[in-house]
Amino acid sequence: MANEGVNHGRRRFLTATTVVVGGAGALVAAVPFIKYWLPSARAKTAGAPVQQDISKIEEGQMIITEWRGQPVWVVRRSKAQLDALKSQDSRLRDPKSENVDQQPKFAQNEYRSIKPELLVMVGVCTHLGCSPKFHGEIKPEPFDAEWKGGFFCPCHKSRFDMAGRVYQGVPAPTNLKVPPYTFADGDKTLIIGVMPEGAA
Amino acid sequence: MANKLTRAVAGVQEWFNYRTPGLMPAYRKHMSEYWAPKNFNLWYYFGSLALLVLVNQIVTGIFLTMNFKPSAAEAFASVEYIMRDVEWGWLIRYMHSTGASAFFIVVYLHMFRGLLYGSAQKPRELVWILGMLIYLVLMAEAFLGYVLPWGQMSFWGAKVIISLFGAIPMIGDTLVEWIMGDYLPADATLNRFFALHVIALPLVLLLLVVLHIAALHEVGSNNPDGVDIKKTKDARGRPLDGIAFHPYYTVKDLFGAMFFLTICAFVLFFEPTFGGWFLEHDNFVAANKLVTPEHIKPVWYYTPYYAMLRVVPDKLLGVMTMFGAIIVLFFVPWLDRSPARSYRYRGWKSKLLLALFAFSFVWLGKIGAGPGTDPNETILGRVLTFYYFAFFITMPLWTKADSTKPVPERVKMHD
Repeated sequence: MANEGVNHGRRRFLTATTVVVGGAGALVAAVPFIKYWLPSARAKTAGAPVQQDISKIEEGQMIITEWRGQPVWVVRRSKAQLDALKSQDSRLRDPKSENVDQQPKFAQNEYRSIKPELLVMVGVCTHLGCSPKFHGEIKPEPFDAEWKGGFFCPCHKSRFDMAGRVYQGVPAPTNLKVPPYTFADGDKTLIIGVMPEGAA
Repeated sequence: MANKLTRAVAGVQEWFNYRTPGLMPAYRKHMSEYWAPKNFNLWYYFGSLALLVLVNQIVTGIFLTMNFKPSAAEAFASVEYIMRDVEWGWLIRYMHSTGASAFFIVVYLHMFRGLLYGSAQKPRELVWILGMLIYLVLMAEAFLGYVLPWGQMSFWGAKVIISLFGAIPMIGDTLVEWIMGDYLPADATLNRFFALHVIALPLVLLLLVVLHIAALHEVGSNNPDGVDIKKTKDARGRPLDGIAFHPYYTVKDLFGAMFFLTICAFVLFFEPTFGGWFLEHDNFVAANKLVTPEHIKPVWYYTPYYAMLRVVPDKLLGVMTMFGAIIVLFFVPWLDRSPARSYRYRGWKSKLLLALFAFSFVWLGKIGAGPGTDPNETILGRVLTFYYFAFFITMPLWTKADSTKPVPERVKMHD
């Protein structure tokens, strides 16, 4: 290496521009590798609405159906369960369903549903995504001596009432999510993933 | 004949030495002239045992990939196929699953040894940090591996752990979808976890292990007395209290390895799931995305952190507590201000607090493995979590304030 007559300014300029251009290239090259991990086109299209026959659900009974790979609960609540809802307001985090992300506007009411007795809910805990267990009976439970029926998450012990509203002092931050849904066939069929007519 | 053989060996040696002159010096530096303190005790087995388990995981892992199908539709059945139909498949699979728990047993003991003898103190900060990185990667590697059989615990464990990232404000939800490649743990998730588990993380792990050992061999091993053996050297510049790693410690470690493998073999042949601690019973049921198992808990080596997550009644705070509990460990070299390395020369405060720390870590593990419905246990969990953090955060105070005994010039039991 001949070091005489070296133009240090030019050498520094060339080194700096190489680093900048190479660095920019490396950043751009990272994009495909990062985007490679996003949900693919096939995964995105698997989210169509589903239909469910609800004419045979007895009072107090729950069925679990699937929408976008998630469990969706349909419960026909009894009068006792509905009457108990109001008594829980002071123990809940969001009794008036004021967090608008957790339900469509049509469910922002006391029962969080279109028909008071029929609860339709995404059965995924808002804490870390487990599916809470249905404990519908109004009786003292090991996890709550004044239990008025609702859902209990086995993973991290979050509790929700019979309208999917979260109790205070549990890890789940928000109420359970109500999916968009509507009815067909004279209310015998539930369609999950479609807004009721006229609703925004 | 013998003469010919000796000459042949010498010839080959010369051939290599001429072409790779660094080989023999490297061998001497790391093996035959690595001067390790001569007072190593039982606690010093676990480093080499961790290396042994790593080799076991790599070898059995390679064989498992030969029959495992990384797809949501086939994974569970392919694991059962390995267990029932593949010749000796059950052994290879149980060696891998028992190996995972064995790995954490030896690593936890190895880490506790570090706390006991002040091994993180200057000049071994880098050794400690590289070790902590290994621990971190190991936890990720074990989690990814646990998802692969696609049982109930695989699926719901994956869902919970990935959802932890959803607690990050703003980008959380997008990040969760990016990790899963779908809107719930699905085929895409399993397939990429397989790639990470068998290629990406093992490469990182191997690199870190090499760096961990290289960093250790630069500064030399600590010992149960915490004495700096490089201070007292003989005329040839060798530490008086040091002995050559090879053959002395290779032979000692070989003995330890045989003892350890005997215990492992017992578990392997008589209690491979270890009563549901090494492989949870719910994971022998295929994944069902609509039903969460009644009692969901991680494998035992995560339960102390899982307990912390569960006793904090706030999503973001709970996740931060859990990750914070691991991050705080990285700072031990600077939190420990004791003039004595080894607990042997530290005062009663340090001994008591360290014992309490070990106790609270184990108890947190017990809480994390339980059903978590008892409100008293939740309160106890909060107290123990508080102690866990208080132990580290106040460490500079009590290590400095504690009275210490003078550290001797030479290790005990020198001739």
